[in-house]
This record gives sequence, structure tokens and C-alpha cells, in this order.
Amino acid sequence: MKLLKPGVRLKSAVCGTEIMVIRSPGIEALLACGGAEMLALTDSPAAAVQLDPQLSQGSLIGKRYVDAEDRLELLCTKGGEGALTLNGSALSVKQAKALPSSD
Amino acid sequence: MNFAMLLDMAAEAFGPRVAVSCAGRQLNYLQLRAAALVAARRARAFAHLALIDGNGLAGPVALFAAAHAGVPFVPLNYRLTATELSELLQRIAPAWLVGPRQYLEPLALPTLIECADYEALAQAALPAAAAEELAADPEAIAVQLFTSGTTGKPKAAVLRHGHLMSYILATVEFGHAAAEEAALIAVPPYHIAGISAVLSCIYAGRRLVMLPSFAPAEWVRLALAERVTQAFVVPTMLVRIMDYLAEHSAAREFPALRAIAYGGGKMPPAVIERALQVFPGVDFTNAYGLTETSATVCLLTPEDHRAALASPDPAVRRRLASVGRPLPGVELEVRAADGRVLAAREPGLLFVRGAQVSGEYRESGSLLDEAGWFATQDCGWLDAAGYVFLEGRADDVIVRGGENISPGEIEAALLAHVAVADAVVVAIASEQWGEAVAAAVVLRAGAEASSETLQQWVRGRLRSSRVPERIVFRQELPYNEMGKVLRRIVRGELEHG
Repeated sequence: MKLLKPGVRLKSAVCGTEIMVIRSPGIEALLACGGAEMLALTDSPAAAVQLDPQLSQGSLIGKRYVDAEDRLELLCTKGGEGALTLNGSALSVKQAKALPSSD
Repeated sequence: MNFAMLLDMAAEAFGPRVAVSCAGRQLNYLQLRAAALVAARRARAFAHLALIDGNGLAGPVALFAAAHAGVPFVPLNYRLTATELSELLQRIAPAWLVGPRQYLEPLALPTLIECADYEALAQAALPAAAAEELAADPEAIAVQLFTSGTTGKPKAAVLRHGHLMSYILATVEFGHAAAEEAALIAVPPYHIAGISAVLSCIYAGRRLVMLPSFAPAEWVRLALAERVTQAFVVPTMLVRIMDYLAEHSAAREFPALRAIAYGGGKMPPAVIERALQVFPGVDFTNAYGLTETSATVCLLTPEDHRAALASPDPAVRRRLASVGRPLPGVELEVRAADGRVLAAREPGLLFVRGAQVSGEYRESGSLLDEAGWFATQDCGWLDAAGYVFLEGRADDVIVRGGENISPGEIEAALLAHVAVADAVVVAIASEQWGEAVAAAVVLRAGAEASSETLQQWVRGRLRSSRVPERIVFRQELPYNEMGKVLRRIVRGELEHG
């Protein structure tokens, strides 16, 4: 369990995925990638953890991921093979509104 | 949240693509990141990283170096006098100062200011710099911009990493630019629009084409030679570009150009109408924002422009003169002087709120109210569909016998006269009214109109209190380099002349 505050950055224990929390109600929750709990950038993963093949749909750099209630929003800052889940439920890609470039 | 992450992601996802080009030199995203990391190691020893330069390769390197180092980036206006620059440098010492020799040599540098080797900075593109952990504090100051100082000493507006990141993440989709996209950057790096352009383009994956200092011939040459697809201009730049095109070629086409965004000053309706004809097929976007709001807070989209032009409804047509509607994530209210929130069509003061809104100065701290609202000091009103119309700065309002008069509507009335090329309306002291309305007018070449004629013209369109008591004629009006008319100078001339 990790406290997910805006600005918190985490990395996957089983693939190259990295995320930053953009929006959060400030909850403690189990954020996982590829089935394994995500780690602080400075942590080293335990040797035994492996990517769960059931959760290998991947994450994409630059995409934003939200939970079903649209309370938590993450930015994927590095992509990888694992899928992102919050307390066991899949996060989905947030559809961005297209804005014209203003600068 | 540190905005250096924007460049880290771009380098990761499309590293070998060209990020920025200027005068035949270029850096790809990997090179830009490597150069920024190298410069960041030195910048850490200072309290600020300052830049004195027009647009070039060094600006983006210095911007991201400052972010990586966790020190504020302070771009300075190279057009200021040596004395003014030395005063600003004193305020940010100890600082590492980046700039070409031509700008640095005339300066009497205060102590604790060390100059960077500018050429080396832009070229220090090591092949693979080791990844370094970013300074992560979202509350850290990212950028400090000295305001133009129209009244007294320049104030230092502060934007924190969280503000700029909120703006970029809310408005730009990562990597969405097609490979051929290129943005022409003509706004100087010490202006918020110059900074937001660098951040937006890097996050979008759009090449930055740097125009060191604006001149219409060079803008046109670069737009064609670099196959520029989009550009941001202030209204006066657009006028000068169109005048240049009219003088130098009957039909100059820009086959690659898709979009022009404009902002940074009031766009006269005649100018945007002309632009829509000169650049058919180009999407126009009006962006309204302030330094204190991390750039754009309202947009008039290309669809809004087209709908306004095509509509028979005067209320919709009028939106060509509006700055559009707030961005997602930005709230906007119009309030009366007593704080009451006003309904549509009622003019008042504009307040904005959102994660990108800083409203903070180094000297005075945050000016946000308890609920997070920022008083823009702009006057305006909303139409029934929520489009925002600006009527000038609160400081410019003329208080005539207790009645608040906004110069904007009188200027619009004067500009609607066929003989008038440009007009500015200011307050002058009046024994009878406290303040009275006065105007400085530039007539079109060969056109004639007396003050009486123009007074009659305004009387026919507005309430009698709006009729300028005094009208003077000028060859041109004083503008700053960003196209803002310098009202205090006009006011001074009218009061003392």
C-alpha cells in the first residue's frame, strides 16, 4: 500500500513502466503494474516477482490512466509490458479532449 | 512534479527527432536533454539561472537545465538598458547568466554573477548523459519573470513547477504532433508565451523553429524555408506580416502553414478579418492569458472563428472579437467591485481559478484569495454562451464624475470610422469631472477627419459621457515590442501637451 499523492512517481517491479500521480483523493491504495505492486523510483524489486501474463496488456508513455470512479489519474512517463491496476481493478486510458494549439 | 519530465519523456519516446532549430543549427530531443543535464550540474551552484537572449538554441537548454538543477529560470529582456539589466541581476544574485557576448559585454555585472560559455552551452550535447533524479518539489519555483514595469520597479512574477505542469498536461496530448510539424517561435523567451511555446512543443513532439528577433521579412522567409505548420503571433506582428506580404508579393502562399494562434494584446476586428482572407485555409486561435496564469486560460477556437464569420446572428458574429471560453480546468467569473458574481452581459472584473494559476510575486507573495481566485485586473463580460469579451485593464478605466468608462468601447467606435487607422483612449485630469475622456488618433494615409467629426461620430454611437473631450492626432501610437499600446505615455503627453 502506498499513499498516492499528486507528484508521486513510481516504477514497475516487473517491466519498464514508470508513472506519476496527477490527481488523487490522497488515498492509500495498492497500485500495481503487471500484477506486482509498484515501487518508489529508488527501491529495488524483489528478485522473485515476475510479470503476470494475464496482466501484460502494457502501458503507453504519455497516456493518462484513470480508475473506474475517475478519482485517481496517473501519467505514464515510461511505457512497459505490464498493465496498470488499482486494488486489483484495471485502470483505463483517459480520452483526451482535442484542443487547438495556443502557443 | 518537475517540468523537466516533459523533455525526459520526449527524449525517451522520440529522441532522434529534431527538437529545436535556429540559423542552420539544431538539437534533437536526446541532444537537448544531454545539454540541459550538463548545464544543470553547473547551475546547481547558483540561486538562479538567468538568460539574456533572443530566441535560439540556448533558451530551451537553459530552461530545462534550470528545471533539472531545481533553480528558477529567469529570462531577461535583452532590450532593456545596461543599467536596468544590472539592477535586475543584482536582485537575483548569485546567478549563472547565459547569453551571447553582444548582450553581456555592455553590462556592468554585479558580484556573484557568473557568465556561462554561451556557445558551449548550446553545443554541449554529450551522447548519453546518465539519468539523474529530478528535483521533485512541485512547489519549487520554476520560472521567474520580471513584469514590464509600467508602474515603478519591475515585479518578479513566480510560476512554480506545479503550475506549468498543470497547464501542459491539461492542454497538450503527449507526442501528438505529426513528424513534419514545426512551430515558428517569434515571441521572446522572456515572455510567458515564449516559455509555454517551448514546453508545449516539446511535449507534443513538434519542432521549434527559433526566430531570434521578430521582423516580418525574416518571419516569412523562415515560415517558407522551414515549412512551418503553426505559429503564435501578437496582433502587431500579424499586421506587419500582412503589410509585408502586401508590399512584396501579390500572392504569397504558405502551403505548409495550418494554424496561427494569436494573443498578448487586443486584436482589432479589422485585423483578424483581414487575416482570415490573407491566410485562407489556416486555422486561427485566439489565446488569452497572463504571466500569472501560466499562459492561456481562454481560447477562441478555429471553429468559433468560422462560426462567427458565417453567422447572420450579430451576437455570434461578434465573437470574432471575443477571447473565447475558459480551458477545461480553468474557472472564470465576472465580479462587481463589491465582489458580487455578475450575470451574462454585465461588465465587471475577471477572476480566474485553476491549478495553473499562480498569482504570486516574489515581493508580495500570493495574491490569490482564500478560495484560490486570482484577480486578473482585466475588465470584461460574458455573453449568453460564456464567451469572454475583454474591455481593457482595470487601471485604464476612466472614472468620469463617478461613472466608470472603459476605453475599449470608445476605441472600437473610433476605429469603426473609415478615416481612423489606430486609436487609443485615456483619462485626463478634469476639474469638473475628476477624470475626462481623451483620445489619440492616427488617421489613414490620405484620409481627413477633424476632432469635431470624430466627436460627432462617437456621439452617434455611444452615450454622451463617452465622447472624448479632447482628440489629438498622431503619426503613430507608442507600442512596446509585444504590441501593447503604452497608455501611460499617451496619457502623459495629453496631460502635459
